[in-house]
Formats: sequence, structure tokens, C-alpha cells
Amino acid sequence: MNEPVAMGKGEQAVSESEMALHEHGALTEESPYAIPSRKFTMWLFIISDAVTFGAFLFAYGYLRVGTPNWTRPFETGSVINVVLMTIVLITSSLTMLGAVDSAKAGDKPKAMRFLYSTMFLGALFALLHIREWFELFRRGITLSSGLFGQTFFTITGLHLLHVIGGVIAMLVIASKYSSGRLTPSHVETMGLYWHFVDLVWMFVVPLVYLTNFAR
Amino acid sequence: MSAASASGNVIRKYLPIYFVLIGIFLVEVFLAFRDFSTGSLVVMLLLLALCSASLGLMYFMHLAEERRSLFLTLIPATIFVLLMMNMFWLDSIRLLRMHPPLQ
Repeated sequence: MNEPVAMGKGEQAVSESEMALHEHGALTEESPYAIPSRKFTMWLFIISDAVTFGAFLFAYGYLRVGTPNWTRPFETGSVINVVLMTIVLITSSLTMLGAVDSAKAGDKPKAMRFLYSTMFLGALFALLHIREWFELFRRGITLSSGLFGQTFFTITGLHLLHVIGGVIAMLVIASKYSSGRLTPSHVETMGLYWHFVDLVWMFVVPLVYLTNFAR
Repeated sequence: MSAASASGNVIRKYLPIYFVLIGIFLVEVFLAFRDFSTGSLVVMLLLLALCSASLGLMYFMHLAEERRSLFLTLIPATIFVLLMMNMFWLDSIRLLRMHPPLQ
């Protein structure tokens, strides 16, 4: 989105991001029907990513319901860990809301505090997840442990990759937003991604972990 | 309204949604330990997960406050992606019988 948009005689080329950054009055006035391109792109990404997760989760559910002797490795301890992980991730969505709102309100220090809190919670989630993986490895359940191992580690691994990627992206966006090189709309777009990662987890937990206890 | 109080308000505004999401999740955990068959449990848990996801989409991702034009643009994109996904179903039916449909 850094294409020059104003190139008249004696005018300097101004990119869309520069316009947004410096808020050049009429140049930034947008149509009431327009969708901001950054947000729209993120929504399209979310749709395609949701379908990717949907396909994996459908495959897992299909195999789980259709296989009577499905591996059931989770015990009460694992459920406590998953409850903790879920609460951490939902709380991180709340702090992300705070970051987006503070950024929009122009309160940069508060937005940064909320962003760092979200990053901390995201990292904590990843650590809890990795700890759980190691517990399964210790019990001999790996990626090569049949259908369960393959589907479980693929789905949770893809989600974990999204969380780790999100924390890294947030770190980059926070540092650039702090130095004034990015705008609140970048923080808002990051927020959309983060909430999406949270939403995906709401489907992973019931389907992958909680059906472990079915009759 | 000052910037600080605005960002404080947003947490208070979305706190009920936060507690509802945690509540739905705890109900899911409770149901998991009841004596349900796999099929029934999957259906119940997915319905609850859909409720959580709808709340997250509408309030956390602000879809409820977005312009109608965003909906109108995203809905065809979603339908297109879902239609493209249907290409896989034929293959999954073939795999179910481990051979192509007999003529």
C-alpha cells in the first residue's frame, strides 16, 4: 500500500501510509462506503485461514467419531492445563481490545502496556502448550503415533505456530508503533488476527481435548 | 472523554463478554465429564463453540459495529472459499470406500 497516490506538477509523491501517518486533511478523507484496505486484507486472510483450520478440525472430528478405539491420552491434569491455557488466551484478547482502543484514543503509553501484556499472555500460552507437548512425548505419544498423533500435533502445532507468529508480529508492530512509524490502524489489524487465533482455540479445545472423555 | 478513561471503559464494556466466554468454556468442560456418547458430545461442544465464536466475532472483532459494505464484500468471498472446499468432498467419499464410485 505504498504506491504514490498524488503526483501532480510540483507535488511530491505521497504514499497511502504516509497520508495516514501524517493525516493530510482532505487527502485522508475516505468514502463512507469504503472499507480500509488493511482491515479488508486481514479479513480475507482470516476467512482463508478459518477454512484451513475448518478442514483440519473436520478431518479430526470425522476420524474421532468414526474410530471406536481412538487414543485417549488426556487425564484430569491435562484438562486443568487446557483450562488455564484457554483463560490465558481469552484474557489476552481482552488486553488486545484495550491496546486497540488506547491506540485509537491516542494514548500510546497505555496502548504499549496493553500490547506488552498481550504478548506476555501469548508467550505464556505457548509455554504451557509446549509443556503439555513434552508431557505427551514423555508418555511416548509423538507425531508418528498413528492417526491420533498425526492429527493432534498437526492441529495444535498449526495453532501454536499462529500464536508464536502473532507474538513476533505484535513485537514488531509494537516497536514500530511506539517509534511512530506505524499507526493505530496497524494495531487494530493486529488485533483482528489475535482475536481470530483465540476463536480458533475455542474449536480446538472441545474437539481435540474434551471429546477425549466421551463414553 | 479523555484518552485514558476511554481505554479503561473498553475493558469494562467487554468484561461481560469475557466472562460469558469463560462461562461457556467451563460448561463445555462440565459436559465433557458427563456420560455422553462421542457423537452427542461432539455436537453439543461444537454448538457451544459456535456460540463463543459468534460472540468473539461480533464483539471482540467488532463485526457488529462494522459497515454493511464489509459484510457484503466478505460474504461472497466466504461462499467462494467454501465452494472451493467442496472439491475435497468427492475425494473424501472415494477414500471412505477406498475405491472410486462404481459405474
